[in-house]
Amino acid sequence: METVPQFFRAGPSPQVRLFFFALLSILLMVMDARFSSFSGMRQTVGMILYPLQRLAYIPATLFDQAEELINDFHLTKEIANLRQQYFLNQQKLFRLQILEEENAQLRKLLGAAQQAEIKAIMAEILYVPRDPFNRKVTLNKGSSSEIKAGQVVVDDQGVIGQITQVHPFLSEVTLITDKGHSVPVQVARNGLRSIISGAGKNNELELRYLSVNADIEKDDLLVTSGIGGLYPPGLPVARVENIEHDPSRDFAVIICTPIAGVNRNRQVLILSLSTPIPEHPEEAPPEEGPKHTTQQGRRNRAP
Amino acid sequence: MPHDYFNQELPLEAKRSFIFLSLLLALLFNLLPLQGIMLLLRPDFVAITLLYWSIHYPQRIGMSLAFIAGLAMDVSNSSMLGQHALAYCVITFFGMILHRRLRLFNSFQQAPQIFWILLITQFAIFLTGLLGGSYFPTWYYFFPSVTGALLWPVISFLLGIPQKPKSDPNEL
Repeated sequence: METVPQFFRAGPSPQVRLFFFALLSILLMVMDARFSSFSGMRQTVGMILYPLQRLAYIPATLFDQAEELINDFHLTKEIANLRQQYFLNQQKLFRLQILEEENAQLRKLLGAAQQAEIKAIMAEILYVPRDPFNRKVTLNKGSSSEIKAGQVVVDDQGVIGQITQVHPFLSEVTLITDKGHSVPVQVARNGLRSIISGAGKNNELELRYLSVNADIEKDDLLVTSGIGGLYPPGLPVARVENIEHDPSRDFAVIICTPIAGVNRNRQVLILSLSTPIPEHPEEAPPEEGPKHTTQQGRRNRAP
Repeated sequence: MPHDYFNQELPLEAKRSFIFLSLLLALLFNLLPLQGIMLLLRPDFVAITLLYWSIHYPQRIGMSLAFIAGLAMDVSNSSMLGQHALAYCVITFFGMILHRRLRLFNSFQQAPQIFWILLITQFAIFLTGLLGGSYFPTWYYFFPSVTGALLWPVISFLLGIPQKPKSDPNEL
């Protein structure tokens, strides 16, 4: 009557199908996680999905435009504010120019290397993964705008993350809160250097390998140290939130909160060091740790 | 008391193009750039759509379609390739083996049962993520299953519209 007789249904049983596809996907996962061998395939599928992603972004754009329209009423006030800000900043800028020249002079005198110049490209966050625990976002600029894997992403306050995968028109950013992501930092107060890593939680970072008696206090500002050559020095990264001195352990448990709006902002800047970092001197010990690998770092960097 | 199953009307055969279109739309909904609480609550529309088709038209939808949808989800989600693919295959599997039982109920009665299937799927994603390393969500990771089950009657109503048998006034 209402049920289709079994013999009408062709093909293998659901169990067999599930077994086959489960094997296939486990194989894919292992290949992808251990050998990261599918970046070409990822790019192709990404290209196919790109129009869909743009389409999904339209409501957000419309919303933004509506918001802008409403904000237009406050424009005169904002212009006055910005003008004031501009004058204040202009003065600082003059001083900065003088200082930059002076710095260059002094560096020349000392024979030190010139500081790397930084180029910035503006981008927008196009897509936040469906799974809120996946610490990655997608930006709307890709290799067509000369974005490369390894570039640093910041907002107006500090570091957000690093580009880990580049598609032709999109790029993926691993946020600093990702568990496998590390940034070389120093304490702004006393220059104490360390490496900060994501805790895999929302708005939390941890300094893992600082000894119990290290000179670090609550509310210390951590900035990038520039060691490793990927991050330009001096970008704010995090503020120390809580320190736990447990004498039974070798290292203090130091929890920090990121300064940048890691999951707040829509507009971000992609920085690239346009002048290459000079080669390491011979006697430098082999580089370990501080750089985040340019591939899918979160998988192969178990602490 | 006659079961209300006997009052259900016999649906028409689903068009393959409509199945594809609905999956594309679900993918589009999954790609919406949401933030904060909305992101936490957002159900997996692709999973729900796949479940609908595998319950109501198990002959029409193969597991390969679920697999491909999963791969697309993996790429856009920048998760491990195969993670969502596996989960979606599991969901189609459950749809296929349970479809006779589930079709006895109307969509409101189905919702609690759908919740468990969605939860199992999420658990599959969670487990594979855990085995893949560096991935430990908090308990509210499982919220989308609840919202998905709550949305189930709406979604199954919408997906069922084109299959409604047309009543022809000149029939008799």
